[in-house]
Amino acid sequence: MYNCYYVSTTCVDQKKILLACDPVSDQRRNNFMLTEQSSFAKADAVSFVAPYGAVMKASTRKTGKQTVTAEEASKRMAWVVQINAVRDSKDRQAFAELFGYFAPRVKSFLMKSGASPDLAEECTQEVMATLWNKAHMFDPAKASVSTWIFTIARNRKIDLLRKQRRPEPEELTWGPEAEPDQADAMGLQQETEQLGQALATLPEEQRKLIERAYFGELSHSQIAAETGLPLGTIKSRIRLALDRLRHAMK
Amino acid sequence: MKNGMKQIKHHLTEPLLVGYAAGTLPEAFNLVVATHITMCDTCRAALAEYEAVGGEVMLSSDPVDVAEDALAATMAMIDDGFEVAPVAPKRRDSASIFPGPLQDYIDGDIDNLKWRKVGGGVSQLVLKTSNDASVRLLRIPAGMAVPDHGHRGTELTLVLQGAFMDEDDRFDAGDVEVANQEMHHTPVAAGGIDCICLAASDAPLRFDGLIPRLAQRFIGI
Repeated sequence: MYNCYYVSTTCVDQKKILLACDPVSDQRRNNFMLTEQSSFAKADAVSFVAPYGAVMKASTRKTGKQTVTAEEASKRMAWVVQINAVRDSKDRQAFAELFGYFAPRVKSFLMKSGASPDLAEECTQEVMATLWNKAHMFDPAKASVSTWIFTIARNRKIDLLRKQRRPEPEELTWGPEAEPDQADAMGLQQETEQLGQALATLPEEQRKLIERAYFGELSHSQIAAETGLPLGTIKSRIRLALDRLRHAMK
Repeated sequence: MKNGMKQIKHHLTEPLLVGYAAGTLPEAFNLVVATHITMCDTCRAALAEYEAVGGEVMLSSDPVDVAEDALAATMAMIDDGFEVAPVAPKRRDSASIFPGPLQDYIDGDIDNLKWRKVGGGVSQLVLKTSNDASVRLLRIPAGMAVPDHGHRGTELTLVLQGAFMDEDDRFDAGDVEVANQEMHHTPVAAGGIDCICLAASDAPLRFDGLIPRLAQRFIGI
């Protein structure tokens, strides 16, 4: 079976990866739309994701590279469904699955950011409890699940570890028609998956540099002293989704 | 003053956006970043990108085992009504020239703040933040120079009202200047009204002399 690492390690040419991950590939979108059943409460027109626990495996056509990202992306959409299940029906099973995946990664991030194991544990549990409490605020068209949980973890880190006040930008007021759009939601989750894959394909040295910046081992002035983080190519993976966001903000 | 009213030309830099996304900046810098982003859709979208990268960095880090009873403990916390206390009271006045995040740090609007004169017609108000960096509001009468100061570390200057010019460039409302220690400049308030800036520094401002050089008249815009 193909997997994302197979693609990333054999396909050195960045352009080929980009092509393989083309977020607007109609073919891949159709894969979702045709094969999955939606658990979205407001699903109306298209259906594209399996219920949690039933991450699809064989449902995509085996068209080489595309299979890979489709499978990974369906995992991402399953997370969306799980958060919605927490929001809509306080679904503890869905929460447990999110917890099983994310809590060890949140804890890892916090420890690498300088928290002791005990503090990281406490903070991780609070992050996951915040996820439960704020599930109604998650909008999959504006942030992927991984991004959203990261920002919760980042915020708790500032509160608990750094004990600082945390100034936040004023929220944008979205128009009345700004209901989460399913195609946007799926596009953003997919593109974030591609971003993760692109990160994994970076040369070790570059990836470490990015990690050190995010774990706080590099200060902003140290980052500035570098020639810049090697983020240009990988950030372009989510540009399409964010262009849509920018457009929506106008 | 709010988003979209004016074309913003000078934006946050990548290290600042990464630092904000990762939660590694001093509070004073976070305040400038959050205030600028409130005024700047470009940087708001850029921040979303950097946060997305952060999420992927988190996912790719080696998982660390949580406590055996972590899930049960978390569920118990939830059942007990766990809630993160809001970090700051959100007092938001849409008529204020100060964007929301800044309003949480000051008491009043432009004319009833406790400005202190620092010479050369310039007033300042130091805001209370964690002490790894400092942030202040500066009020510079039109046509007057910001007191000449060198930089140590990094200094961020966000224009909230009016404009200032230095040797190289012009900064209007919403623009943020990111200066490092190599820069020596003498910004001059350029607008027809007082220039109000939010200035953060991770080193104390070092004014060259107690009495700043006499106001340099700036003629024309």
